[in-house]
Amino acid sequence: MSVSKDQLIDFIYEETRMLDEGRYTEWLALWLADGHYWMPLDYKQSDPINETSLLYEDMFMLKLRVERLNGVRTFSQKPKSRCHHVIQRPFVDERDGGRFVTNTSMHYVETRLDEQQLLALTARHELALVDGKLRIANKRVDILNCDAAFRNIQLLP
Amino acid sequence: MVRYAGNPSAAADLVEPNQVHRDVYINQDVYKLEMQHVFANTWVFVGHESQTSAKGDYFATQIGDQPVIQVRHKADDIHVLYNRCPHKGTKIVIDRQGNTGKFFRCPYHAWSFKTDGCLLAIPLKKGYEGTDLEKTASGKGMKAVGAVKNYRGFIFARLAEEGISFEAFFGDSLSSLDNMVDRSPEGRLEVVGPPLRYMHHCNWKMLVENQTDTCHPMVAHESSAGTAVKLYEELDLPEGAPKPPAMEIIAPFMSPYEFFEGMGIRTWPNGHGHTGVNHSIHSNYTAIDGYFEAMTAAYGEEKAKAILDENRHNTVYFPNIMVKGPIQQLRVFIPLAADKTVVESYIYRLVGAPDELTARTAMYNRMINAPTSIVGHDDLEMYERAQEGLQSDSMEWVNIQRLLEDGEDFTEEAVNNGTTERQMRNQFNAWAKFMTYDVAAQEAVE
Repeated sequence: MSVSKDQLIDFIYEETRMLDEGRYTEWLALWLADGHYWMPLDYKQSDPINETSLLYEDMFMLKLRVERLNGVRTFSQKPKSRCHHVIQRPFVDERDGGRFVTNTSMHYVETRLDEQQLLALTARHELALVDGKLRIANKRVDILNCDAAFRNIQLLP
Repeated sequence: MVRYAGNPSAAADLVEPNQVHRDVYINQDVYKLEMQHVFANTWVFVGHESQTSAKGDYFATQIGDQPVIQVRHKADDIHVLYNRCPHKGTKIVIDRQGNTGKFFRCPYHAWSFKTDGCLLAIPLKKGYEGTDLEKTASGKGMKAVGAVKNYRGFIFARLAEEGISFEAFFGDSLSSLDNMVDRSPEGRLEVVGPPLRYMHHCNWKMLVENQTDTCHPMVAHESSAGTAVKLYEELDLPEGAPKPPAMEIIAPFMSPYEFFEGMGIRTWPNGHGHTGVNHSIHSNYTAIDGYFEAMTAAYGEEKAKAILDENRHNTVYFPNIMVKGPIQQLRVFIPLAADKTVVESYIYRLVGAPDELTARTAMYNRMINAPTSIVGHDDLEMYERAQEGLQSDSMEWVNIQRLLEDGEDFTEEAVNNGTTERQMRNQFNAWAKFMTYDVAAQEAVE
């Protein structure tokens, strides 16, 4: 079974919509078990393991992050944050058998109480076709001003 | 209303044995006095020597609210200069780090300076002939801070020309820095990558106090550490199966009060102190293959064991850094205003040790200290609620009397129950001391 360029692009749009609507159970189900969500700290960082990153999270950490958002004693989510992605049409950079790479520019807005922050970012998705379904093998999110001093980023850009 | 501007003694009066007045956290005039006195009279961390490893390498940062440059002048000689052209005030460097070659050159009028700050050249210098430029401060070049000390690779500076010596200021507290450096089989650390930078809308002292606050983890971090423990139990892994790394790093935050009571707190004179005298949340990390062997080869088995058995949790060096020896981290709490602080969290590589140790400190840093960290979110929420709550006129004092003893003497080293707030009191004692340190010296002269 082949995957069309449009299907890949639609997948990326669907994924950001899940994040914006807080449909985290569905979102976690997109991931392969050994996937990592990586958000580098350094511009053009190449090593996620031996240098500090903003995020480099396996499925346990991602589940923990999502589960925590709804915790009774998660005080930093009382009230809850909301987020919003505006994305450019993804580039499909690689389409090779069952493995695909997309590159997507986004503007990400996160808000809570009276604060709102805007991040410009580039998301690189590594997707895989497993049992006829597209899944996220890995995701890398580069924030344009990764070297700036940030306030809390509590949801997922 | 008390007028603090130009009156450090009035600020020092805000500290009492069991409480501090809220103005130490919320008053901008008190903040300014802190910058002029506390941050000028103490030895403040600047950077690590490996951030400026070659001649001409510089690193730009702040000591309190003062912009400074750490620069390597000669192979074994690092200087700390104010980041200000002596001509019109232009910042000499604006990037955080780089290499300036043999000299600094101001981008505005091309005045140039040797890397020790001395004036090198001025274009069209004849325009100053007969004007006695050399007798002015401007004619002398970029001003250096009062004193600089490179302690085992860590650069500290005192802004004041005269004052307490490095050794007298830190005393035996240097044992925590020693332990961190000794954990390298070669006795040497190297900075790894840029620091995490995390902006807080609260007073810098709230962050420093939190480093030895052992009654908050199981409460404020229940959302992150408690949920981690719950998720892990739900996994129901077979016995002996490897734990998710998050369990080793985050779960110990949920340790019960008894654990923190037993861990102990040690305080040293001048506001320094540490948690984890007997054990800490870092005690039970998995051993890394080849590390103990490398340590034994370097130090002999007995000394290697002694170094690695020391599992201090957080060591606060007054006024504004925290060091974690067992995982080679340093956090700087840079005060930007009474209600604004940027936290920079650095990690270091233990030269000669396996890479897995670097991977562990990198993991700890992103899991705990990042603006994207769930543990960080827990803490920031508490600091900022406190900053806002202190606006309430219902009470003017903040309580710090947990396990207070009669006649506490902060000139003596002491070890206490791990849930004492003695280290917070110790910090405020030092705060009042260095707030008025130059006032006292001035009065002695007069």
